[in-house]
Amino acid sequence: MTLLRHELRQGRISLCIWTAIIASMTALCILIYPEIGSQMSAVSGMFSDMGVFSAAFGMDKLNFGEFLGFFGVECGNILGLGGAFFAALLGIQALAKEEKDGTAEFLLTHPVSRSGILLQKLSALFIQIVILNLAVIAVTLLSVTAIGEQPDPGTLSLLFLAYFLLQLETAAVCFGISAFIRNGGTSIGLGMAALFYFVNIIANLTQKAKFLKYVTPFGYAESADIITGKTINGPYLAVGMAFALLGTAAAFFWYRRKDIR
Amino acid sequence: MAYAVQTSSLTKYYGKARGIIDLNLTVEEGDFFGFIGPNGAGKSTTIRTLLGLLSPTGGTAEIFGKNSLTHRTALLADIGYMPSEASFYQNRKVREIIKLSADLRGAARGKDCASEAARLCERLKLDTEKKIRELSLGNRKKVSVVCALQHKPRLCILDEPTSGLDPLMQREFYQILEERNQEGATVFLSSHVLSEVQRHCRRAAVIREGQLLISDTIENLGHTGAKRVTVRGLKEPPLSEAVRDIKRNGDTMTFLYSGSPQKLLAALASLPLTDVTIAEPDLEEIFMHYYTPDGRRQTPEADKEES
Repeated sequence: MTLLRHELRQGRISLCIWTAIIASMTALCILIYPEIGSQMSAVSGMFSDMGVFSAAFGMDKLNFGEFLGFFGVECGNILGLGGAFFAALLGIQALAKEEKDGTAEFLLTHPVSRSGILLQKLSALFIQIVILNLAVIAVTLLSVTAIGEQPDPGTLSLLFLAYFLLQLETAAVCFGISAFIRNGGTSIGLGMAALFYFVNIIANLTQKAKFLKYVTPFGYAESADIITGKTINGPYLAVGMAFALLGTAAAFFWYRRKDIR
Repeated sequence: MAYAVQTSSLTKYYGKARGIIDLNLTVEEGDFFGFIGPNGAGKSTTIRTLLGLLSPTGGTAEIFGKNSLTHRTALLADIGYMPSEASFYQNRKVREIIKLSADLRGAARGKDCASEAARLCERLKLDTEKKIRELSLGNRKKVSVVCALQHKPRLCILDEPTSGLDPLMQREFYQILEERNQEGATVFLSSHVLSEVQRHCRRAAVIREGQLLISDTIENLGHTGAKRVTVRGLKEPPLSEAVRDIKRNGDTMTFLYSGSPQKLLAALASLPLTDVTIAEPDLEEIFMHYYTPDGRRQTPEADKEES
């Protein structure tokens, strides 16, 4: 528990900044909806008519004139992408940063097993992602109430669940990579999150690249599919969670016997 | 005999790069042991393997009779380790790091640490309210000393502990170590400052290019068969055989002599010298004795044969 508390303390400023940015951007988007909503229904047809461009962002399936349609695309970008960056950074730095800063030697010469270290670091990662999401959900609900919208609670919950799982998968995959590297890996983490995002856009563009939806967590966290189907795509999610488990297992497998130089 | 540290054929390669080769090292419980070698000789590799930070390529390392890798976590509870370069979480205060280190040793043990930590901080004059990033190298070393000793470990493993500490602090540090040693703790320290090893340790081992050259008491290490001879009033050494490391300073000349004393005395008797001293070489010279310029290993026996 000592290490868990330590990890949460080490990450608190970063968590506050990311939460504040993502929550405030989400609130801002929701609060401007009444003003642009009426115009949106007029241009909604145009948005969904831009061919592959519309498909890339799932706008061919969504109705921008409806709140959930607007929220899906905006939230998909803010909480989906922002949350993925945050989760990727948490995951990639979890183990590698200790080696880069030379603190791994301090940590690993105390009587805490390596598995114990991994478990506490994973728990800290999970808790921070939960806090960020709870804060964003709370701010969303407040903002939605403020503008007097009443989106379907089931669909909204599914959207938040999908973004949450997307962040967990990204964090777990990056955590796995973190066990193998020694140099901090910030750029690898940000690159992974961006890669996942763009792979999904490519998968949206053409039917031939549809299989890529299995590779990226943005595949199952696609707002348009969740809002229209009122469900999270099972196979995409199953493969995504398998990647998350694989990342975690790889971290345990490698880090327990890793040489700390 | 109970050993605090025992390695057998301990070998570590980093890929193809040599770390340590076939190291057989023993440190008895209660000993004050110096591990000597130049930079890159393999001192830190040995220590990190003992601590379970590195897995050996071959051989085994045991601490208190238990395998250092398979019993790593349990053994670390009895070890206080001070790395050569102390790195801590930069944004934390000194007292937070010391508390973190104590807490990582478990709640029960962590509580016992507080009073000992306070005593150590006072003796080392360490300001616990400062942030780690504000500390000089010497002060970071002091934090490291407190973290390594506050739980009163049975075995202290210290990697070049005094680098960065001023002479007064070095004295205080060794005073603390000697007290701990008298209380029964085993002290194992690496150094390339031979004078401190000679002054404080009872036994020492010399490592070079990953291999253990010799391990013995400080006293026996001094008996290499060579003597440091200092003469005044001579321009050339009295003998040409078995004489090495000639140094001249004004009318004083010193050299290492590893031949028979009779020959030396006979040669000196007939020369117009004004003063002579024949003494045991200090550890520094013995160290050089094992590090001949051509990289050839020289043992006392080989030296005797030469003469």
